[in-house]
Amino acid sequence: MTWLTWRQLRFPVLSVYGALALAGVVLAASRPARGPFGDQELLYMGSLLAVLLLPAVLGVFWGVPMITRELETGTHNLVWNQSVTRSRWLAVKLGIGLPAAAVAAGVLSLVVSWWADPIDTAAGLDTERSFEPRVTPLVFAVRGIAPIGYAAFAFVLGIAVAILVRRTVTAMAVTLVVYAAVQLAVPLAVRPHVLPPVGESVTLTARTIAGIQTEPGPDGDVPESLKVFTPAGAWVLANETVDANGAAVRPLPAAVGHCLPPAQTDPITLPELDRIRACFAGLDDLGYRQHLAYQPASRFWPLQWAELALYLALAALVTWFCFRRLRTLS
Amino acid sequence: MTVLSARGLGKKYKRCWALTGCTLDVPAGHVTGLVGPNGAGKSTLLGLAAGMLAPSSGTIEVCGGVPGSGPAQLAKVGFVAQNAPVYANLTVEEHLRLGARLNPGWDDGLARARIARIGLDPALAAGKLSGGQRAQLALTLGIAKRPELLLLDEPVASLDPLARREFLQDLMEAVAEHGLSVVMSSHLVADLERVCDRLVVLVDSRVRIAGEVDDLLATHRRLTGPRRDVDTLPGDQQVVSVRHTDRQTTVLVRTEAPILDPSWDVGELDLEDLILAYLTNPGAGRPGLEVVR
Repeated sequence: MTWLTWRQLRFPVLSVYGALALAGVVLAASRPARGPFGDQELLYMGSLLAVLLLPAVLGVFWGVPMITRELETGTHNLVWNQSVTRSRWLAVKLGIGLPAAAVAAGVLSLVVSWWADPIDTAAGLDTERSFEPRVTPLVFAVRGIAPIGYAAFAFVLGIAVAILVRRTVTAMAVTLVVYAAVQLAVPLAVRPHVLPPVGESVTLTARTIAGIQTEPGPDGDVPESLKVFTPAGAWVLANETVDANGAAVRPLPAAVGHCLPPAQTDPITLPELDRIRACFAGLDDLGYRQHLAYQPASRFWPLQWAELALYLALAALVTWFCFRRLRTLS
Repeated sequence: MTVLSARGLGKKYKRCWALTGCTLDVPAGHVTGLVGPNGAGKSTLLGLAAGMLAPSSGTIEVCGGVPGSGPAQLAKVGFVAQNAPVYANLTVEEHLRLGARLNPGWDDGLARARIARIGLDPALAAGKLSGGQRAQLALTLGIAKRPELLLLDEPVASLDPLARREFLQDLMEAVAEHGLSVVMSSHLVADLERVCDRLVVLVDSRVRIAGEVDDLLATHRRLTGPRRDVDTLPGDQQVVSVRHTDRQTTVLVRTEAPILDPSWDVGELDLEDLILAYLTNPGAGRPGLEVVR
């Protein structure tokens, strides 16, 4: 069974590993010495996309056809009538495909993490946020060990959808949609709560205010919200002004409506900016504070392990479902 | 000894029953033909026997076990599905390797001898074979596994008459040589006549009749005589089909006893007449007197 499965899977596996080796060589030759210098931007975005897409590609182009090709050509009738149970048939497919997918995604992610380490280090120290720190969702998903879990999950998801749908193209589309939905839902709804975020109450002063967001109103701009400076390298979940009772206020109270300068086209000068900040800091006297919630940069590895565990658990659940449905498949 | 025994077996797809109330015993050492119109449940019955499908009602036992229940059971039953599926991108040689690796009882000498005799090039990809060659390759995999029971679903449907004759000849040789039991479905009566010594007729998801071909031929008679109502026939004569003209009545009956009524002209039946009579008269009852011109 192992021989047959490898015979069927060797072309896709070898082509993906070949592409990975090529990507590894390109990245090794071009690793930036220190922080970002601009010419690395293309590779930075390219590697980000590659790690983001690889698990989906493995699920769609390895997982799905592994099952639907047999069902569509009827060869499941041939292989299930040798002296091998269909459970064993699936177990061997998973036993070869799953590690191959997990290792492929893991290797790519670790190579990219190593390549981007100087950029990530710089981004982690930078409070101006010209590059996203690695604990923020977009970069988090393409660094460390989480992609191993993504690939394992995407691969078994492809198999499960193939068992349910039975048609290659439909199953590929469904797999892609479901995987994308999970990949969106986890950073939005699950990951922020895996570890309780650090909460902080910041006093509004001219120094802590980082920016003011305005909305156009009937007579000039109206201040909508304030942002304060956040810790370097953190994933900020909340940065909002709250009143004495702790309720978020948006837009800002009318008391600071006069702080904005009258509509003008000239760029605001620095002393002027300081005056505006000081004016908004007056909110502090009215009992307003700024509420901050964030995952600090130091949580990167704990969150990575939690993410890996979550996706491996999902993969195990889907695998169990596959074996259950396999019994009634014909 | 029976190789296949079904009790009240049924299979339901979504809302409609593909097979209902099937009670059947297939003795070992025979070639049993499964015949019926399209959609009668032939493939379903074979799929249930191979363990490819799970029954919705009733039970089925094949070679003393539940179909598809484990490697030992799978080793006892060979199944060549409709259209003889093979891996298009694997060569003939690789198919033999597949058979050898997946079957503990694999007879490699037999497989290679068959491939050589049929004249298949071992290095050729199975996708490049003709329909007949593919069927032969699939049958080789089925036989070289050395099963006790070989199930063949329309094995000759895609073959031209010459290839069909060769294929069946070949099958008969394998049966004689290895003493395996075969259940094969077909809607080509001539093929079944050539190779089958037992027959199961499926009509409308039910078993209409099952038995040895010789017995079936010996117990069915065509009676022709003056027009009369078939209700007047003796009770031991089971009416299969009846046809009236203005003056004449032709009845096909199944009976163990000799026909004593002198008004009947008694005729013999061949297998094709017999099967067609069952296929065209699924109702089985005694229809009232009506004129068919």
